[in-house]
Amino acid sequence: MMSKIVRTITNILYSSILIFGFYVIMHGHLTPGGGFQGGAVVASGIALVLIAYGYDTIKNWIKKSNLSILESIGAVSFIGVAFLGIGTTFFYNFLANSGSLFGNPTVIGINPGDLNTAGALPLMSWAVGLKVLAGLGSIVLLMAYGIKKGDGE
Amino acid sequence: MIEEIIQIVVLLIIIVTAIMAVSFKDLLAAVISLAATSLLLSLEFYILQAPDVAIAEAGIGAALTTAIFILAIKGTVREEEI
Repeated sequence: MMSKIVRTITNILYSSILIFGFYVIMHGHLTPGGGFQGGAVVASGIALVLIAYGYDTIKNWIKKSNLSILESIGAVSFIGVAFLGIGTTFFYNFLANSGSLFGNPTVIGINPGDLNTAGALPLMSWAVGLKVLAGLGSIVLLMAYGIKKGDGE
Repeated sequence: MIEEIIQIVVLLIIIVTAIMAVSFKDLLAAVISLAATSLLLSLEFYILQAPDVAIAEAGIGAALTTAIFILAIKGTVREEEI
């Protein structure tokens, strides 16, 4: 538990950090960044809340088991999306130009970018982002747990 | 020309903050100097037109390692208080 100044700034900032991280994941196929970078930004938001409020308060909000489930969901859905295109090849982009989810044809030339393109790539960005944010978040959480355990002994 | 001058200035500040991180006796001040080094390094990546690497460096180097170092420092005791 840090001082009141740190906690007030954290209350203002952490939602913006989380939204920016999810923005970087969502726009992974259009702008710089992607699953890994956005997941790292979201995990840094988790680390900020953890440092500001301390492990005893945070363990009721973020459960380690939930983060493990999220990490497994990320890994399984990455391989699952890769296997969905197995009719042609492994990792085949079966959603591109299909007209359904993320299926618009890519615009040629200089343009601001259409979010609803690129087929299976945004789904894979989300899978990698979930895995990275859960993995790095549980690393920081376990670090805080180990420090607290060492204090008591 | 102006880009070279900006790059030289940023690299000089990176070196200064890295030396500060090594030479500080206070651990928290050293960790914050290391975070400043990482942040300026990500600015340098951005100037070199690698925004992808810059976001990764700012997220991992400046935020997460600082958080882990601060958590580790919270597990130590100051030398004066022993």
